[in-house]
Amino acid sequence: MNTTFQGSKDYVASDELMRSVNIAIALQKPLLIKGEPGTGKTMLAEAISTALEKDLIIWNIKSTTKAQDGLYVYDVVQRLYDSQFGNEGVDDIKKYVKPGKLGEAFSSDEQVILLIDEIDKADLEFPNDLLWELDKMEFYIPETKETIKAKQRPIVIITSNAEKELPDAFLRRCIFHYIEFPDEQQMREIIQVHYPDVEEHLLEQVLDTFYWIRDLYNIQKKPSTSEVIDWLQALVLGGIDPDRIKEKVPFVGVLLKKNEDIDTMRRYLK
Amino acid sequence: MFTSFFYLLRARGLHVSLNEWMSLVEALEKGLHGSNFTGFYYLCRSVLVKSETDFDKFDGAFLEFFKDMEFATDELPKELLDWLENPADAPGTEFDMERAMENERLSQSEIQKMFLERLEEQKDEHNGGSYWVGTGGVSVFGNSGFSPRGIRVGGNGGQRRAFQVAGERKYRDFRQDNTLDTRQFQMAFRKLRQFSARTAEARTEFDIDETIHETCENAGNLQVVYEKPRKNMVKLLLLMDSGGSMEYYSRLCSSLFQAVSKSNHFKDLKVYYFHNCIYSRVYTEADLSPRDTISTDWILNNLSSEYKVIIVGDAQMEPSELLNPSYYSFGVRNDITGHEWLLRFKEKYPRMVWLNPSERPTWGGWWAKTYDIIHKDFDMYRLTLEDLNTALKKLMVSR
Repeated sequence: MNTTFQGSKDYVASDELMRSVNIAIALQKPLLIKGEPGTGKTMLAEAISTALEKDLIIWNIKSTTKAQDGLYVYDVVQRLYDSQFGNEGVDDIKKYVKPGKLGEAFSSDEQVILLIDEIDKADLEFPNDLLWELDKMEFYIPETKETIKAKQRPIVIITSNAEKELPDAFLRRCIFHYIEFPDEQQMREIIQVHYPDVEEHLLEQVLDTFYWIRDLYNIQKKPSTSEVIDWLQALVLGGIDPDRIKEKVPFVGVLLKKNEDIDTMRRYLK
Repeated sequence: MFTSFFYLLRARGLHVSLNEWMSLVEALEKGLHGSNFTGFYYLCRSVLVKSETDFDKFDGAFLEFFKDMEFATDELPKELLDWLENPADAPGTEFDMERAMENERLSQSEIQKMFLERLEEQKDEHNGGSYWVGTGGVSVFGNSGFSPRGIRVGGNGGQRRAFQVAGERKYRDFRQDNTLDTRQFQMAFRKLRQFSARTAEARTEFDIDETIHETCENAGNLQVVYEKPRKNMVKLLLLMDSGGSMEYYSRLCSSLFQAVSKSNHFKDLKVYYFHNCIYSRVYTEADLSPRDTISTDWILNNLSSEYKVIIVGDAQMEPSELLNPSYYSFGVRNDITGHEWLLRFKEKYPRMVWLNPSERPTWGGWWAKTYDIIHKDFDMYRLTLEDLNTALKKLMVSR
């Protein structure tokens, strides 16, 4: 292994996560990342890209995304319109074939990181349509009779929110990692990466309250990492006395986004 | 080397394929486990297991298979560990198959005893043999060796050991046979899809075939045609038991409700509530206020039989509540039992399942009695992820 991932300056990765990343890189297989929202799935790819100094190509998946979109788009309508007006270059089909994100990653001269973000958003069959392309790292464009083959196999990171089960055939080809919600110690490190000078007493109070809220039985939408970071900032800017955080839970709207949850929390507070 | 682990994993219900196993072998050859047991555990898990719901099964199987290795080897002299990690030379000699076979029959305590004796005797480095603690051989001790059983000596240490990790079984909560929460419910409900283009949507999707056809008809002047996007046609009727014995499951049922109401992919969704059993009227709100009710006949007359019906209830009540006429008739006397109302739903809606948050009660005669009666007439499923998936699949196929 000439390139290994050790976390980066702004991203705290657990040992297990770093192992998985390095296994995926060494075996040249896509790394599938699952986990609760707010555990930094998407940020991982950015961190790897920074740490290994490779470019990052992000393919955001939506419910309407098709596998084909990632390979290339053949703009048939544009070509038809152009042909009606006799525009120049209509006979050059390549002009109308535009690479998608996967195509972009394949044709890059340098090895890149390809992030396929939230793959579970797309249709159930979507991952299956990419099996060959991710395995062989190549695809064929019938329109131009060209085969696009990866010059450098990209490092592929795929994230999923577990909204849908992914097909077995697809899973078999991936390295899998489940990011757990950070425990208090890890959360401390994460916060210190964002706010290195945060006062110890304040941090302690904030984390205590945060994990207390997360553990409440009836909370429907548990606050996540990004929310506690925002909350901490709000508390610092508001100049709140750290000793009052636990009893008052000021700016609770930053942590809890549902009225029911705020009511629940207040009930337990008394 | 440890192919039986592969079969053990499969026997424990993990669908590990040969491809994945080969990837693991490749990874081990590349040394990706970092020559330590914890690394080995994580490597196996990330290559072989593809869902956090299976982590617990994996942990169980891993413990079962490697339990002999749990013997702690923390108090080894540092020099011993040093050369085990960095053997001076790789073993060139053939290894002793007979010895290896013998070792296979050793029990864990025998190995432990031998190990302690050997530590006493051994004074220097040894690689490739069959007796001493060393690397690459068939002795039961050491690393990078080929003995079928034994103690791995050394490793990077520092981090948590595989057994501690696997032994915690902390992924137990993710097992699919556990009852579940909103997100998993939602995922399950996405199964209820039936696409059709017969909708009242705007025409927004480019239709290549029709465009070509129309363009030809138009003497080659481009005529672009769009078609309607395909939409989910599934209509769902959800009937939920509320109050009384269902209070125990209120959180679970509320998760289910949230998941269903958040699933915006249904063509139509109707939710009604009942208490214990369905009678002549059902409630439109979960708080069962008599002001918000609707006639059950109205539902049966107005919601067509293409609705898929899910009833959520524990099916446990006093038998008279199910079998006596007019038990709960909102002041209207009629002679229809709760059971009869249920059967009317069954007759009208061919695609119907019963989800039960509770198991069949083992105590109290009548609770089980009504459960059994309803269970006989309806496809009943537990409210767990696995069962819910089966139930929803059942809803998608006709009869």
